Amino acid sequence: MDQGIATSPRIGDRPRPKKNYLNETKGFWSWAATLDHKRIGIMYLVGVLTSFLMGGIFALLVRLTLLTPSHKLFGKVLLTAEQYNRVFTLHGAIMVFLFIIPAIPASLGNFVLPLMLGAKDVAFPRLNLFSFYLWLTGAIMAIAAMVFGAVDTGWTFYTPYSTTTDGPVTLMTAAVFVLGFSSIFTGLNFIATVHKLRAPGMGWFDLPLFIWGIYATAIIQVLATPVLGITLVLLMLERSFGIGIFDPRIGGDPVLFQHFFWFYSHPAVYIMILPGMAIISELIPTFSQKTIFGYRAIAYSSVSLALVSFIVWGHHMFVAGQSQLATVVFSALTFLVAIPSGVKMFNWMLTMHKGNIKLDTPMLYAISFLTMFAIGGLTGIFLGTLATDVHLTDTYFVVAHFHYVMVGSTVTAFIGGLHYWWPKMTGRMYSEAWGRVGCALWNIGFNMTFLTQFFLGSKGMPRRYYNYLDQFQPLHAFSTVGSWILGLGLFITAAYLLASLRKPMDAPDNPWNGTTLEWKTSSPPIMHNFEEQPVLEREPYDYRPVLVAK
Amino acid sequence: MSHPAEPTAIPAHAHEHEHDHGGTGVYAKTLIGLLILTAITVAAASFDFGQGNVVIALFVATIKASLVVLFFMHLRWDKPVNAIIAMAGFLFLGVFIMFCLLDFNARNNYLPSNLHPVPDMPLAPGTAPAGEVLHTNPAAAAEGGEKK
Amino acid sequence: MSTTSVDLQTHGHPAAHAGEHAHDPHHQHHFTTMEQQFDTSKIGMWLFLATEVLLFGGLFVGFGMMQARYPREFVEAHTHLVRWQGALNTVVLLISSFTMVLAVQAAKKSEKGKQVLFLGLTILCACIFLVVKYFEYSHKYEEGWLPGRFYSYKGDSIPACHAAPPGEAAAAAPAANAAPCTNGYATFFSFYFMMTGLHGFHILAGIAVLTWILFRAKRGEFSASYYTPVDLVGLYWHLVDLIWIYLFPLYYLIQ
Repeated sequence: MDQGIATSPRIGDRPRPKKNYLNETKGFWSWAATLDHKRIGIMYLVGVLTSFLMGGIFALLVRLTLLTPSHKLFGKVLLTAEQYNRVFTLHGAIMVFLFIIPAIPASLGNFVLPLMLGAKDVAFPRLNLFSFYLWLTGAIMAIAAMVFGAVDTGWTFYTPYSTTTDGPVTLMTAAVFVLGFSSIFTGLNFIATVHKLRAPGMGWFDLPLFIWGIYATAIIQVLATPVLGITLVLLMLERSFGIGIFDPRIGGDPVLFQHFFWFYSHPAVYIMILPGMAIISELIPTFSQKTIFGYRAIAYSSVSLALVSFIVWGHHMFVAGQSQLATVVFSALTFLVAIPSGVKMFNWMLTMHKGNIKLDTPMLYAISFLTMFAIGGLTGIFLGTLATDVHLTDTYFVVAHFHYVMVGSTVTAFIGGLHYWWPKMTGRMYSEAWGRVGCALWNIGFNMTFLTQFFLGSKGMPRRYYNYLDQFQPLHAFSTVGSWILGLGLFITAAYLLASLRKPMDAPDNPWNGTTLEWKTSSPPIMHNFEEQPVLEREPYDYRPVLVAK
Repeated sequence: MSHPAEPTAIPAHAHEHEHDHGGTGVYAKTLIGLLILTAITVAAASFDFGQGNVVIALFVATIKASLVVLFFMHLRWDKPVNAIIAMAGFLFLGVFIMFCLLDFNARNNYLPSNLHPVPDMPLAPGTAPAGEVLHTNPAAAAEGGEKK
Repeated sequence: MSTTSVDLQTHGHPAAHAGEHAHDPHHQHHFTTMEQQFDTSKIGMWLFLATEVLLFGGLFVGFGMMQARYPREFVEAHTHLVRWQGALNTVVLLISSFTMVLAVQAAKKSEKGKQVLFLGLTILCACIFLVVKYFEYSHKYEEGWLPGRFYSYKGDSIPACHAAPPGEAAAAAPAANAAPCTNGYATFFSFYFMMTGLHGFHILAGIAVLTWILFRAKRGEFSASYYTPVDLVGLYWHLVDLIWIYLFPLYYLIQ
């Protein structure tokens, strides 16, 4: 199955084992009560992709409603203003809490991390399963909230609206609370695993950069999410008992809610991007067949990004009523947080330089990431600059910025990683031709949808608004058409990936000539991951041919 | 360190490095220290030091907390990674409090008694309708009479 | 760490390895050695404690911010808390931490009788704490010092606003009072009940877990080769004590 990569003699390719983690045990309970990190990862994958579909449908609805200022489709109003508020809130809450925060760490991370470490499982397998059921419980609670009338506060639950509005706010925040604990326990598990379950010979600076990224993410998950937890509890109590912390009518401080909320939610966006960057750090060296440029710089930048992310949250509150002093301080610190990201971007590009580049689908997504993150990251700096933020805040500019980083970067990396590890997880290769089609549509559709929104925002279109001036209609329409192309691209991607599952298993152990330990075992891996405990013998990302002694 | 390939007796095999740490004597002294500190902090509260009361109370609490963490929770003799994790929790909590208080204390600058008058500034050309002059500080302009 | 290849599939099964140490029933298969397992469990517990610090810490931050917002009301509301009860609870918890650490030590030394004794004493101290708390709470209930909109105490020097619904407040504004009405007292007691309540909930959970550990200790499950659960529960219990060490001065000693 030569993918055209110039490789060393493919060592370690042996007959596919009859039993692997997918078929070794069968039946509902063998999955529902599994302690195997790979099965748990697959269950998460199905869950988060379903959530992505749900959130995506809401997104399409939002865009469809905004196609014309009259909100009509085929002569009938698609959504009323109140319904619109609920739909965009659900889009945000589902995408943030059910999809993007768990997605890479809990699905790909769970599957790949122990394999990359040469371990048999994560540190606490039962906690891992418990994390999954917490996610599922939170997801069910969120769906219940949807059924009971849904929430219209925006995913940020700003007070005092969220403390006084009708609707199942308490149920929705309780759902997010439960999801938060799922995230905490996943992070806890990963930190312990990386510290203690590395293969013999694998020191900290032998770790694949994917591990460094997931580790940095886990630090944020453990330290930031509890504050979200207490924030939501305080919100629920304010609603139910009027404790007087956030509602100004009873003496509370609404800006304090925002401090509490963003103390978690800013680091949360690094929970979203760091795993994406972690994947890119794997894709680029493998598909350039060249060792990563600046390994330590990327490793240190991952951890420093995680730590610095905790001291910039006020940049979400520049015009919220925060003091001028805090505003200036947070703005200055926000410039600081851009530096580690910049380091990574340059290092990835320098890795590609003079590499033996193979433009397989995962690499196409990685390159897409580089362009989209450049735009997303840079526009973040525009928003972090006080003078420009005063004009751009709460406009579509912000919406475009965060979609470029969350969707254009993280989801792009997620899809790239999904393709990269698809052969390992399923034992099948997908159709490369269709992969390129999907990636092309993704790029066209995404940029059509969201590049437009930068212009919408800078021209003054506010975010979360149902009504808009007629002059914005062409741009809105263009963006909506882009969303259809985006949806089509994702649909095609899902179709060919699922279609590949109907083939017999055809994937070799190491289709991409990767150097990390997961490629040393079969595709798909056996239940216990490795026949024999792997011992690390080479530096990470060493693509020189291995000379096999005769 | 443990060697899985060697047959070893179970009790000595695990945790042999922990036998010499702690001990009832150390724990008892820690408890006595904690009780004395509690008495001190209660006594200090009956005097009025103004703002100092809070500082003293939190300072003594931190010493007590350190005793619990170092001796009862064993961090004194434990591997450094556990201490780093513990410190990280308190450190980021400190960051949270610090920035919130920074914001809150600076916010009172906008009480009416704290505001100073904003000078009237010229606006960019073309932003005002022809013939009309817009004032950035109407109150000051009104007070200043027909100067503008 | 061993650098030789270890067969992952069969490690730990006595039948497959002559000369290996006997397989400890608590040894989980993805760990190479019991020591690795113990160290990992400790790291996991400390990570969990860090999350608890941040969870409670959020409440401390909220309390601090509200205290800065309503300094007069908070100081006055403090006077309704009984200092000797708080001090007694502090002493009780400190002693319970002492008995807990002795229980862990006894487990490490495989002394079953002492384990059971000290675990039992720890549980007893925890129960005494909750009894004192019950008396405190019931007194608050009688006086109307309750959280948020349930606050009904009339003896404050600054009247609270919560009593009147928004529409009537303007009409019923008492001209005699120079100071505006505030809700600082209700907020104080909201925080009092939230923080001591969450802390009390952790005490309850601790009692439950300690009881379970007590039963396991009675069955002789813990010894020098395996005492991880006792150690970890001990760490949790010390955290509960730690939180009270900060709660006590903040609520009972500021006057």
